Amino acid sequence: MTKVVEGKNIKRDYHVGGGLFRGARTVHAVKGVSFSVEKGKTLAIVGESGCGKSTLARIITLIDPATSGELFIDGNKVDIARDGLSKEMRRKVQIVFQNPYGSLNPRQKIGDVLGEPLLINTDKPAEERRDLAMKMLKKVGLGPEHYNRYPHMFSGGQRQRIAIARALMLNPSLLVLDEPVSALDLSVQAQVLNLLADLQDEFQLTYVFISHDLSVVRYIADDVMVMYFGEAVEYGPRDEVFSDPKHAYTKTLFAATPRADVASIKARLAKKAA
Amino acid sequence: MALLDIQNLVVEFQTASGPFRAVDGVSLHVDEREVLAIVGESGSGKSVSMLAVMGLLPWTATVTADRMNFNGRDLLKISPADRRKIIGKDVAMIFQEPIASLNPCFTVGFQIEEVLRFHMGMDKAQRRARAIELFKQVGIPDPADRLNSFPHQMSGGQCQRVMIAMAIACNPKLLIADEPTTALDVTIQKQILDLLVSLQAKYGMGLIMITHNMGVVAATADRVIVQYKGRKMEEADVLSLFESPKSNYTRALLSALPDNAVGDRLPTVTDMLFEAAPSGAGA
Repeated sequence: MTKVVEGKNIKRDYHVGGGLFRGARTVHAVKGVSFSVEKGKTLAIVGESGCGKSTLARIITLIDPATSGELFIDGNKVDIARDGLSKEMRRKVQIVFQNPYGSLNPRQKIGDVLGEPLLINTDKPAEERRDLAMKMLKKVGLGPEHYNRYPHMFSGGQRQRIAIARALMLNPSLLVLDEPVSALDLSVQAQVLNLLADLQDEFQLTYVFISHDLSVVRYIADDVMVMYFGEAVEYGPRDEVFSDPKHAYTKTLFAATPRADVASIKARLAKKAA
Repeated sequence: MALLDIQNLVVEFQTASGPFRAVDGVSLHVDEREVLAIVGESGSGKSVSMLAVMGLLPWTATVTADRMNFNGRDLLKISPADRRKIIGKDVAMIFQEPIASLNPCFTVGFQIEEVLRFHMGMDKAQRRARAIELFKQVGIPDPADRLNSFPHQMSGGQCQRVMIAMAIACNPKLLIADEPTTALDVTIQKQILDLLVSLQAKYGMGLIMITHNMGVVAATADRVIVQYKGRKMEEADVLSLFESPKSNYTRALLSALPDNAVGDRLPTVTDMLFEAAPSGAGA
């Protein structure tokens, strides 16, 4: 199996400028994280807000450079702080953001939303861009009639489909999904998760899936990484992590997740009656 | 006698494209010492029906019901002045976004003491003492100091604790929690849910838990109402709802939980949407 993305000891510091009453300080957002994902697999990164999981997503997506450490995409070392970002690299990695209401330009028609990555990163003519956008709309379960509509005419689930379609326009090998379903209702969440599974099968996509919802992670992930204060406290195959969590924080996290099954309700009611 | 008793509640909004019915004939009742969960997706009218009880809907909304009684008082005919005496005292509500629902211009201590001054008529020293006591109850460390903090100086979980302290300040008979943990991390969510349930048991309050999270329902509720598009789909005690859901919609909702996934694709609710005839089963 080929490794699509690999990170070695990735660190990211942010320097917070001092003010009148406060000196400058450094926040260590990611403190040396290593991982690798093989082609067609899904790595889920779990953790609470402020643990550095979105910072790591930005580094993997080549938006921000890492302060230190090495990042390999398709076996090639990438350092955007030194070399900048080539169009070639941008084509390989794409991202879907959490909030489908905020990540689409309200003044851009859906057709233009989908055509824009091609316009910027390739030299395909307008007609071809249009055809590809139409095809992609169908792939994600929308129709050609949606081509000329604006984002506000769609529901949250449909918008997330559009965001996924936009990310797939360049045929990336790696897709980073930053909490893609946490803003969606349960039933819509199921549809989007199914869509992601279908697309992964069809294009052999590799996902880095960021989430704080353990039930979603258990469903979609092959490997799971649990982050806590910028460190990866647990990293391994899904079943291993879920059946035998090693770190105390992972155990706390599992214990805190409310379980919607009959056994746990019975246990709670029995405890209450006692 | 039921604490809150609603029969056939209808809420309509006037919109540019004609009236929109957000709540369509919902009946519910809550007893003292009972935890009722109202579960549904966005747009199912679960928040709107509770805002109607609180009288917090905008003027574009028309509220009609056969009966809407709280503690023996008719909330449909009550005057705004009388309603203000009940709201915040006997019925209190906790909202989804803790940071957004606190006033950023005042310290949290001032905001809690305002409730105590208005409803309980306490003097300054009494108010301060009660506020410190409340902060202790909801588990805020260093209560006397934290009263002087502004909302932006506290974390989301702490702000939610402040909201809870404010809601229980006057020993309400009924507490309505509208998605109290949606904006919070799971570990904090557990703390807040445990706090709410323990306070409910301690003071014998009625608690209405509005949520879209089945896990939260399973962890807190005695009885559950499932709502969809403004209608009540099902009402059952929590165990039988999860064990043997009667309406198709509930069944679909439960099978869409990634927890219960069988095979490599999730069944989606829309697959079963049109079979789901609204069950008219009243309370």
